[in-house]
Amino acid sequence: MTELTLAKALGSGLRRALSDDDKVVLLGEDIGTLGGVFRVTDGLQRDFGKDRVIDTPLAEAGIIGMAVGLAFRGYRPVCEIQFDGFIYPGFDQIVAQVAKLHYRTAGKVRMPLTIRVPYGGGIGAVEHHSESPEAYFAHTAGLRVVTCSTPQDAHSMLREAIASDDPVLFFEPKRRYWTKGEVDEDATALPMGKARVVTEGTDVTLVTYGPLVATALDAAVAAADDGISIEVVDLRSLSPVDFDTVSASVRKTGRLVITHEAAESGGIGAEIAATLTDRCFYYLEAAPVRITGFDVPYPAAKLEDHFLPDLDRILDGVDRALGRVNSLTGWSA
Amino acid sequence: MSTTVPVKAQMSGAKKQTPEFVQLLDPDGKRLSDELYDPWVSDVTGDQLASLYEDLIIVRRIDTEATALQRQGELGLWPPLFGQEAAQVGSARTLRPDDFVFSSYRENAVAYCRGVKLPDLLRVWRGTASSGWDPFEVGMATPAVIIGAQTLHATGYAVGCTFDGVDSVSVAYFGDGATSEGDVNEAMVFAASFNAPVIFFCQNNQWAISEPVGLQAQRPIADRAPGFGIPSIRVDGNDVLAVMAATRSALDRARTGGGPTFIEAVTYRRGPHTTSDDPSRYVDPLVAKEWEARDPIARVEAFLRSEGVLTDELAASIQARADEVAAEFRAGCLALENPEPLSVFDNVYATEHSGLARQKSQYKAYLEGFDK
Repeated sequence: MTELTLAKALGSGLRRALSDDDKVVLLGEDIGTLGGVFRVTDGLQRDFGKDRVIDTPLAEAGIIGMAVGLAFRGYRPVCEIQFDGFIYPGFDQIVAQVAKLHYRTAGKVRMPLTIRVPYGGGIGAVEHHSESPEAYFAHTAGLRVVTCSTPQDAHSMLREAIASDDPVLFFEPKRRYWTKGEVDEDATALPMGKARVVTEGTDVTLVTYGPLVATALDAAVAAADDGISIEVVDLRSLSPVDFDTVSASVRKTGRLVITHEAAESGGIGAEIAATLTDRCFYYLEAAPVRITGFDVPYPAAKLEDHFLPDLDRILDGVDRALGRVNSLTGWSA
Repeated sequence: MSTTVPVKAQMSGAKKQTPEFVQLLDPDGKRLSDELYDPWVSDVTGDQLASLYEDLIIVRRIDTEATALQRQGELGLWPPLFGQEAAQVGSARTLRPDDFVFSSYRENAVAYCRGVKLPDLLRVWRGTASSGWDPFEVGMATPAVIIGAQTLHATGYAVGCTFDGVDSVSVAYFGDGATSEGDVNEAMVFAASFNAPVIFFCQNNQWAISEPVGLQAQRPIADRAPGFGIPSIRVDGNDVLAVMAATRSALDRARTGGGPTFIEAVTYRRGPHTTSDDPSRYVDPLVAKEWEARDPIARVEAFLRSEGVLTDELAASIQARADEVAAEFRAGCLALENPEPLSVFDNVYATEHSGLARQKSQYKAYLEGFDK
């Protein structure tokens, strides 16, 4: 057990993956000498060489497309997309090639790629550096989409993603890169496809993932002061979603709040709300509530606090689910 | 008369070709000499050239049969390669089994040369599968329909070959239209930076559906590659011997650590883009006539006849062989079975995905409802 930041836990996961399997190669911009703009790959090129930790030209389609070719050759590439908003130039290669090749070839060609994406806001960045594009990929058949919220999960989920024979979009909550936690490299990890009940409660199920798990936990503590018991569920996997775990929680609490940074329309929250309404219709005491980013482009840094769901907005959503006085009381469209 | 003597250039009256446009057999079937490229085909005998001629005849025959099958409603679509036979056969026949091809959808002659089984060429076009063959059995990825995407795959594969310490080469086939795509340009950047043993084999067939090559490029396409640090060759794509020479020189560079080469094979798409296309809306018949005169098969036939290698008897037997292949091709097409309904869910993932498993289970129950 060692205490590591989430970024260091990812780095140690990559190090283990590189050591365990010589077919694992890392590709990305600035991941070599610099160690990545967030230093996640710090020291790896020095220790594993330039053929294992590859600084690439600045072209995301090139990075993903080259990884596809390496996968054809039996390699297990791990691509780093420098920032969430830079993934779109690689979007075609991801959704039209990586996601479909196994299906297209009737299983003859495997695409064991891991695509790491630092995502989300809250760091006061300029445009294209704070986005949450996970829904695009969760909507794409053939991809697995996961996101971690703790250093332990960062380490073990990343290793599981790299070992997976399916392509995995691995979303890293960049504003939590500096969060510290205990990491046991040899721990028996909860499979990455499973959701985790982070804190148990009886009144409301609060479903979230990635950077907002910490915020949701704060909200649970704050709500407890008002006598409200929140059960926080960290989804961890966005494709597939572990609906069994979420359903079990909602059957217990009867109320569902979902929160994520990504925009509301067509988001993960919509999928959770629809499926849980289907699965738990007779258990629900109130309509599911979504607390999300707005349907706007990610705003300027001085506006991001109005965009990002925070503790108060989440608690307001909890009040809505409970039928307590809330910001929409008396509001009508 | 058959010969095992190498096909030598006729020195008398042979025109010195500039390296800018490699041509070894002119449209009339005259063997031209070329200091740079003759050595690459100096071992090709009359019999070997006759074998290439047979390939050209067969792939054209297959192509014609596929178009007929589409017109008869047996295929949903077909992208004819009519006119591009030499570019495809001349390059594909130079590859080793351990080389790897990443192609687009018109490279059916390449697939034929790689050993793809005849019915497997048709699965996609008959709609019975998303791809026709196992890439690892024939050393050829299933075609990429997104224009140019495969050039990056070829580059990555080639880099993997260098990591593995083998001298296998990957070949990316694409068209003139693809050269405008970002992927192709990124592939050249990556290939140059990593000195990848990859050949960028561009069939400039003058058309991207209805758009002439002039809309994609203001200079010969081969001129672009040197800007990326990649040597290029502009070759007569309708000259099977010249294509072979150019490809062999590129393969040699790749196998010996010299990195990528760009080959522009100048050819002409004599048919439609696909069977859904109507070239009469955009093709000038006079220009098409000019290209007909540069046909890739006629010149080989003229040369082989002038050499005494091709007799009426041999020509007839090759044609008979082509007809046999076409009949086998047709029978294979009609024998392709429709996939099972629930197979729509198969192979989306290598390992089970709970969301998809639920959908499959529900759809299975739905289908079973019809049996009750």
